[in-house]
Amino acid sequence: MPDATLRIFRGDANGGATADYRVPVGPGMVVLDALHYIQGHGAADLAVRWNCKAGKCGSCSAEVNGKPRLTCKTRMDSLPLEEPITVVPLKAFPVIKDLVTDVSWNYKVNRKIPPFQPRPGVEWKYSQEDADRVQEFRKCIECFLCQDVCHVLREHRLHEQFGGPRFFVRVAGLEMHPLDGADRTALLKDELRISLCNITKCCTEVCPEEIRITDNAIIPLKERVVDRYYDPLVRIARAIFGSGKG
Amino acid sequence: MSDSLETHEHDVVVIGAGGAGLRAAIEALAQGASVGVICKSLLGKAHTVMAEGGIAAAMANVDAADDWRTHFRDTMRGGKFLNNWRMAQLHAQESPERVRELEQWGAIFDRTEDGRILQRAFGGHTFKRLCHVGDRTGLEMIRTLQDRGVQMGFDVYMECTVVRLLKDGERVAGALAYWREQGRFVLFRSKAIVLATGGIGKVYRVTSNSWEYTGDGMAAAYEAGAELMDMEFVQFHPTGMVWPPGVQGILVTEAVRGEGGVLRNRLGERFMEKYDAKKMELSTRDVVARAIYTEVREGRGTEHGGAFLDISQKPAEYVKRKLPSMYHQFKELADVDITKEPMEVGPTCHYMMGGIRVEAETAQSSLPGLFAAGEAAAGLHGANRLGGNSLSDLLVFGRRAGLAAGQYAKTAAPPRLAAGDVEAAQREALAPFGRSNGENPYTLHRDLQVTMQDLVGIFRVREDLEKALGELEKMKERWKGISVEGSRLFNPGWHLALELKSMLTVSEAVARAAMMRQESRGAHSRIDFPNTEAAWGRKNIIVKREGSAIALREEPVAEMPEELKKILAEEK
Repeated sequence: MPDATLRIFRGDANGGATADYRVPVGPGMVVLDALHYIQGHGAADLAVRWNCKAGKCGSCSAEVNGKPRLTCKTRMDSLPLEEPITVVPLKAFPVIKDLVTDVSWNYKVNRKIPPFQPRPGVEWKYSQEDADRVQEFRKCIECFLCQDVCHVLREHRLHEQFGGPRFFVRVAGLEMHPLDGADRTALLKDELRISLCNITKCCTEVCPEEIRITDNAIIPLKERVVDRYYDPLVRIARAIFGSGKG
Repeated sequence: MSDSLETHEHDVVVIGAGGAGLRAAIEALAQGASVGVICKSLLGKAHTVMAEGGIAAAMANVDAADDWRTHFRDTMRGGKFLNNWRMAQLHAQESPERVRELEQWGAIFDRTEDGRILQRAFGGHTFKRLCHVGDRTGLEMIRTLQDRGVQMGFDVYMECTVVRLLKDGERVAGALAYWREQGRFVLFRSKAIVLATGGIGKVYRVTSNSWEYTGDGMAAAYEAGAELMDMEFVQFHPTGMVWPPGVQGILVTEAVRGEGGVLRNRLGERFMEKYDAKKMELSTRDVVARAIYTEVREGRGTEHGGAFLDISQKPAEYVKRKLPSMYHQFKELADVDITKEPMEVGPTCHYMMGGIRVEAETAQSSLPGLFAAGEAAAGLHGANRLGGNSLSDLLVFGRRAGLAAGQYAKTAAPPRLAAGDVEAAQREALAPFGRSNGENPYTLHRDLQVTMQDLVGIFRVREDLEKALGELEKMKERWKGISVEGSRLFNPGWHLALELKSMLTVSEAVARAAMMRQESRGAHSRIDFPNTEAAWGRKNIIVKREGSAIALREEPVAEMPEELKKILAEEK
C-alpha cells in the first residue's frame, strides 16, 4: 500500500499552522492509527485526545478532510490517499493544542438539565418497546460531532444561549423515559433555546451512533414547547385548570 | 515551590472516574463529605464505557431459581477458590440492590416480557444473570452514575493525572497531580483517598484496554507502602479482534457467546468439546482463552491466527438488536457482516484480578486513609474473573469504599503534608524535560509490551519469566534516561514517560508473582507446573515495597465459615 500524507494542525490558543507527516498505510488502518504512528515517529508531543479506539468513548473527534469524524472509525482506505489528508480540530470549540479542543462548555450545559425523577409510587416495570425509544438517545457517546456541525454553535457561536443537539438528545432521553415525572419544557424554551434550531439535520448526518437526532429528539421536543406555550387551546385550558406536565 | 502551587482540599478524594470511582464518590457525598474526583480523561470516557455484556446480579428475573448463594458459588468456582470469600459473599448479596438503585437513578435496562430487567446467560454463571443494555451496558452505567454525581455536587478535576500519593506519617492524606492540558502541578489535601484507577492492560501488546490502563493506582499505592496481592492473575479475554492489525485486541463481547455464538477452528471443528464439553463456549474465560491459543499453536487457527466465532445462524435482526456495537464494529473496522459471516477472534489482555489488597467490608488498603475499589483492588475474583462480575464489583465495592472513606474522614484530623515530598515529586516528574537526546518513551513502551506479551502472557515458564525480569531491569534503567520534546502543554510523550514508571512497577510485580506461584490456576498457567496444587490454593502472594526493592511473601487464605463451605459443596 502507498504512504499517505497527513496535514495536521499544530498549534495552540495563540494560533498555529498545518504540518505534513508521511505515514505508511497498512490494511484496515484508521486515521487514529496514523496519528499514533506520527507520535511514535518524530512528533511525540502531538496532542490527540483518545481513549478506547473502538468507537465507544467518543474522545477522538476531529475534522478529517473537512468532515467531523471519529478518527478511530475513519478508515484510511476510505480517503483519497493521493492527496494530503487534512486533520484539524473541531471548529465549534476553542483549541487547546493541536487536535485537542476545550469542550468544557458542554459539561456546563449538562448541569442545567434536571435529572431523572421517578413519578411517585411508580412500579418499576415497562415494556421493551418503551425502553427502545429512550435507548436510542442513551446510545450517545458524547463525541460532540453534532455540536460541531450545528450552525447555531459553529457559525453563530451562540454557546451562551443554546444547548445544542447533544443536549436535546439528553433531554429527550429523560422526557421520554417511561417513568419520569419531571418537566423540562420551560428549560427547553428559555435556557436551551430549542427554537433556534432550524432542523437542517446536519447533526443527524454526522452522528456515529446513528441517532435520529432531528426526527426523534428535536422535533418532538419542539412540539412539546409549541403545545405548551403557543397552542391557544392549551393556554386557555391552563389558565382555567392550572399547568400540568405537557 | 509549593507556596504557589494550586491546592484543593476535600474530605474525600476519589482518583478515577469509572464505575467504581463514581459510585464511591456518590456514597461519600451521601455521608456529607466534600468530594473531589480526579480523572485522567474527560468525565464519562473512563474504561467502564467499554464494558459490553452486563452486570451480574442474582435478581432471578429470568431464572427464578437464582439466588446469592448460587452467584457466590459460581464466583468462587470461577476464581478457583482463591477469592476473598467475604468479598465474594458481599458481592453476591448486594449486587441486586445496586442494580435496582441504578434503575432508580435513571438507567434503562433491556426488559423481560413482563417489563422487568432482562438477564442474559454468560460464561461460568449457572443462571441467566447479566442485567444488560444490548452490548453497551457500561455506557449506560457510567452515564447514570455521572449524572447522579454531578447533580449531587462533586467537584471533578478532568484530564488531571496523579503522580504520587502523599502521606502524613503512616496515613495517606493527599496527592500530587498535574493538569494534562496545561502541564501545571496541582496539590490535593484530603482526609481519605479512594483509588479507582482500573487495571494494567497497556503493559501488554494485544489488549482490549484503553491508554489509561497503565497501573497508576497500583503503582502509587505500592510506592506509598500499601500491599498488592494476586498480581500473577492477568485475565486474557478469549475473544478480541485479530484482523486487521490496527484493531487487534479490541474486545468482542462475551455476549456473542451468551446469545448463542459458536467457536470453530480452521477445520470447522467446534473445538470447545475437547476443553469443556459441558459448558462449551460458555466455559470460563481462562479455559476458552487457552483453548483458542492452543488451537492456533497446534496449527488449526484461522488465516490471521485466531478462531472463528459465528453468530450468523441467528436471525439478522436479532443480532443487530442484541449486539449492535459488535455489528458496527466488524462492519466498519473489518469489513465483516457478522449476521452473514463468522468473526475472527483471539485472546486479548482484558482484566487484572490482582491489585491493591483491601479489607472486604471497608475496601481499606493496608495503609490508613487509603481505600481501593474496582479493578484496582484485589480479592473478589481470585484467580479468574467471571464475565459480568466486574460491573457488579464496581457498584458493590465502589459504594463500600465511598461509605468507609466518608466515615473515616469524619473523625480524621486535617492532613499535614511535608513540603519536601511535594517538591521531590515535582522534580521527578519534570526530569524527562531536562534530558536531551534520551530515548523516546514510545519506543520503551513498545518494548515493554512485547516483553510482557511474549514472556509473561497466557502460558508462562521459568526461563521466559527469568528473561522478562532481566529485560525489566534493563528497562528500568532505560526509563531513567528517557527524554521528551516540546512544552508541558498537553504533551502525550511526557504523559507516557510518567505512566511508564507505573507500568514498569506493575509489570515487575506480575512477573515476580508469576515466577513464585509454581502451579497453574485460573488465569495463571505455568507450562513447567501444569497442575493445580491444593497447597497453593490456600495461599495468596503479597507484594510490598521494602526500601527500593520489591518483596514478595505468601500469606494463608482466610478460613471460610462452615455455612459458606456448605454452599460451595452443593452441586448445581
